[in-house]
Amino acid sequence: MRSLVRYLLKNHAFVLFVLLETLALVMVFNYNSFQKAKYLNSSSRLTGNVYNMFHSVTGYFGLAGVNEELAGENARLRTLLENHGGKIAGVDTMFVFAGETNTVFRFVPAMVISNSVNRPSNYITLNKGSKDGIKPDQGIISPKGIVGVVAQVSESYSMGLSLLNRRWSVSAKLQKSGYYGSLIWQENDYRYAGLTEIPLHVEIAKGDTVVTSGYSSIFPEGILVGTISNFSRPDGDNYYSIEVELAVDFKSLSYVEIIENQDKQEINELKNMLRDAPGID
Amino acid sequence: MLQVLIKYITMFVVLVLMQVLVFNQVQFSGYVNPFIYILFILLLPLSTPHYLLLFLGFFIGLTIDAFSNSLGIHAAATVFIAFIRPFVIRSISNREEDRSEYPGLKQNKFSWFLYYTFIMVFIHHFILFYLEFFTFSHFFTTFLRVILSSVFSIFVIVLSQFLIFRE
Repeated sequence: MRSLVRYLLKNHAFVLFVLLETLALVMVFNYNSFQKAKYLNSSSRLTGNVYNMFHSVTGYFGLAGVNEELAGENARLRTLLENHGGKIAGVDTMFVFAGETNTVFRFVPAMVISNSVNRPSNYITLNKGSKDGIKPDQGIISPKGIVGVVAQVSESYSMGLSLLNRRWSVSAKLQKSGYYGSLIWQENDYRYAGLTEIPLHVEIAKGDTVVTSGYSSIFPEGILVGTISNFSRPDGDNYYSIEVELAVDFKSLSYVEIIENQDKQEINELKNMLRDAPGID
Repeated sequence: MLQVLIKYITMFVVLVLMQVLVFNQVQFSGYVNPFIYILFILLLPLSTPHYLLLFLGFFIGLTIDAFSNSLGIHAAATVFIAFIRPFVIRSISNREEDRSEYPGLKQNKFSWFLYYTFIMVFIHHFILFYLEFFTFSHFFTTFLRVILSSVFSIFVIVLSQFLIFRE
């Protein structure tokens, strides 16, 4: 026993190295269970404040482009509003009814304070948090299209997985034919993602529009994802291999909206009820 | 003692901020991602106890991880280079000449510092990129990223020695 203690003391550096390295690797490979490590991501108060302060300075440089984008979005929304003769419920948050399904979505505007496009898993940090009603698993969109999903929330900041993240995929469909598949990022270019599971008998063409399917409770139906830029029929496969040019320019993200599905709890309760019901497989 | 402590704490904060606010945004064709924050581990005095070196390595790695949402990846790479640092210094130094207490550029020969930086940066980037991509299927693309990013990091680190850390 004593010799063991002496050995450990003599090689304390090596023992410590093994311990710390193991701890780090456990964190890497158990990423999902560490999602709850509240303080070790960019939505925590410290990291959020640092990004927010820096952004309050650098944010000015992109203002011209941001203004243009927002003005364009305003004009588009005004056109929609005039054509529908609808009413605006509030200035800060807006209620819309998506199509025939009476699902109510609430949009909260937020500013991107940190963003990356060059890692294999990219994240965005937003300046809105739980005090603004943000919760994990809410969708993030920009005026141009779908951006990502919220993963972590602190009091005044939130962190989301961007579409450019291999840990996440979203259900998307072809606007023309209605066939749907999963949209997964291919890890090399921030402008393109891949659309899988579209069967070979569907007619597709370059330039076809891809939108969200609405099959998940995260996004409403019909939000723009991108357009088909390239496709091929791999030998011996029943599905197309489709490359989609994303509508959103992830390098110049500025203002986004976070979507809250007010019926989500009910939908999830129903799903759980179905799953737990006896006799249903 | 207090002065030394303040100096290294300032260095820690400045390097972390530089890394997450400036260098994490650098992207030339997506292949160059410099990581200069390991300069903190490179510049710690030679008499730093090995266990402290490991703890500091783990801590700065975890801090960068928190900012870039890559839990554990930077920590794993920095703990490893913190562990091998004494062996690297011993193996590239002449036994006869007296080693300076500080491994900076000013206290050492240029060639020695370049060699030291090269080994540490390359090993760090190698572990980091392969852990991050976690696949050997794109072995050569990832290796290209390692090489290009290392070259850029080494350049910035050596340049910073001329510009800032001269005292």
